[in-house]
Amino acid sequence: MAKRWAQKHIYLFFLLPGLLIYVLFMVYPLTSAIGYSLYSWDGMVKGVFQGLENFKVVLTQNPYNIRFWSAFRHNWIFFGITFLLQSTLGLFFATLFTREKKGYNLLQAAYFAPYTLSMVVVGFLWLLLLNPTWGPFNKGLRLIGLGHHAKSWLGQTGTALYSIVFVNAWRWLGFPILVFKAGLQGISDEYYEAAKVDGANAWQAFIRVTLPLVLPNIGMVTILTFIWIFNTFDLVFIMQGSSGNPYYSTDLLGTFFYRTAFGDSTTGGEPGQTGIASAIAVLMFLIISFVSYFGIRSLRKSEVEY
Amino acid sequence: MHSRGYLWQRRIRETLTYFLLIFFALIFVYPIFLMIVSAFKSTREIFADPFGLPAVWRIENFVAVWSRARFNIYFVNSIVVTLVSTISVLLLSSLAAFALSRYKFRLNNFLYIFFLAGIMIPIRLGILPLFVLMRKLNLLNTHWSLILTYVASGMPMSVFLLTGFFKTIPKDLEYSARIDGCSDLRIFYQIMLPLVRPGLATVAMVNSIPWWNDFFFPLLYIQVDRLKTIPLGMTLFFGQYMTDWSLLFAGMVISSIPLLIMYLAMSKQFISGLTAGALKG
Repeated sequence: MAKRWAQKHIYLFFLLPGLLIYVLFMVYPLTSAIGYSLYSWDGMVKGVFQGLENFKVVLTQNPYNIRFWSAFRHNWIFFGITFLLQSTLGLFFATLFTREKKGYNLLQAAYFAPYTLSMVVVGFLWLLLLNPTWGPFNKGLRLIGLGHHAKSWLGQTGTALYSIVFVNAWRWLGFPILVFKAGLQGISDEYYEAAKVDGANAWQAFIRVTLPLVLPNIGMVTILTFIWIFNTFDLVFIMQGSSGNPYYSTDLLGTFFYRTAFGDSTTGGEPGQTGIASAIAVLMFLIISFVSYFGIRSLRKSEVEY
Repeated sequence: MHSRGYLWQRRIRETLTYFLLIFFALIFVYPIFLMIVSAFKSTREIFADPFGLPAVWRIENFVAVWSRARFNIYFVNSIVVTLVSTISVLLLSSLAAFALSRYKFRLNNFLYIFFLAGIMIPIRLGILPLFVLMRKLNLLNTHWSLILTYVASGMPMSVFLLTGFFKTIPKDLEYSARIDGCSDLRIFYQIMLPLVRPGLATVAMVNSIPWWNDFFFPLLYIQVDRLKTIPLGMTLFFGQYMTDWSLLFAGMVISSIPLLIMYLAMSKQFISGLTAGALKG
């Protein structure tokens, strides 16, 4: 009897080990983060239920609200510039690379190479390259006569965030190029021939034929970029420390969350605020789900059929 | 129509395109080149002549980093964690995907969606409960904390990719094996698994590269020096040798070399593996 049951439900034995680990170490932590955010905490000891108090603190109480909104704004700047770069430069290079001329494969491999480096290496590498006195970047500027532009890129509030954004783009850009290229290669030549017959020039063909057909790829990469940037942490932590130096000018939601959750080692070890940090995590979760849900939905709608 | 002028125009445009592409290729590759070359110089030489080739190629930088900065230990730790996590996720996700794609049962579709739901959600957002859980299980400061976290977070994408692969295998193959008296388990590993080998390769690549490079979870889970992985060990090492740039560059090269070599040797598989996840999602 038992043996027959087992025989009939054998799929359970295949399914359960993976399901168990997934539930225990991913689903359970993610869902209980919501529960965490509704309690008061003393370090990592749970206190009493207090409703949305932690959210109120994050969104309205100084200094949390100031830090939250500034990190939120930095995340959007980070995302906005990355999005612009990848959808213009990225798409442009992808278009060129689809022509598959001699040497293009090698060139394309070069564009993707930084993506194989870890965030830690990328962060440290650029920390050295951008070093104000000894870094090759400023030395290079002096060498080509642009010495007056040499500055402490990571040390000034006006340039630090943009420097981080560009370092991230340097590592990342090869990836959208590949995804766009794959999308472009999927477009049948017939469409272009039809456009030609209709008298369209290259630019018109690009706007009317290419763009609508690679839009799903652009959309997908945009959503991935958004999720990635709204929980990014490593690059700023490595290059600017956990409080996003200088003066919180490179602080992101990821570093703000880390600081609040595990204490700030850079300013002498404030203890972690589990409840408030959980509220930040839930807010990040809401932002990410909201944007990716509507992003994916509008993506489905925009898919064209010719 | 195709006059001389037209051909000329085309050739000029093509050359300009090459120049543009090469210019940007240098932006992407030159910093990496600089990192590798600087790793062979003395610190004094890096400061005095950052762009030239080393006067003497100093291998001793690497030797110093390898033993003095304990990179030998970090390296082994990284390999152990990445390897065990990858093998586990391959095993668990292929079993689950096999069940979801080849058996009919009531909760099938629900469970599939349940796995898929995890693709878009960064597991980092659950770090506080995860940290408390690991502490309760006495797994902090062990490699198991990393492995379990990685495997759990790797399941959604892996199940998704492999279910797709399993679904392409014709049912007849399974039926005939069943008639021959094959058990379910044997059908799985003798018939099905070899057929989804490309899928397994993709899953291995999509997962193992971010795990090899991961910094966030080791930072939180591992305090004991002899258990640290390369990215975490690097931060320690950077604090210690902040002024000794030749060692810093050598450390960066050592930690990047495995993936860079893999990339140079099989860039096609590498690229298609990494984009597979994004494209199918």
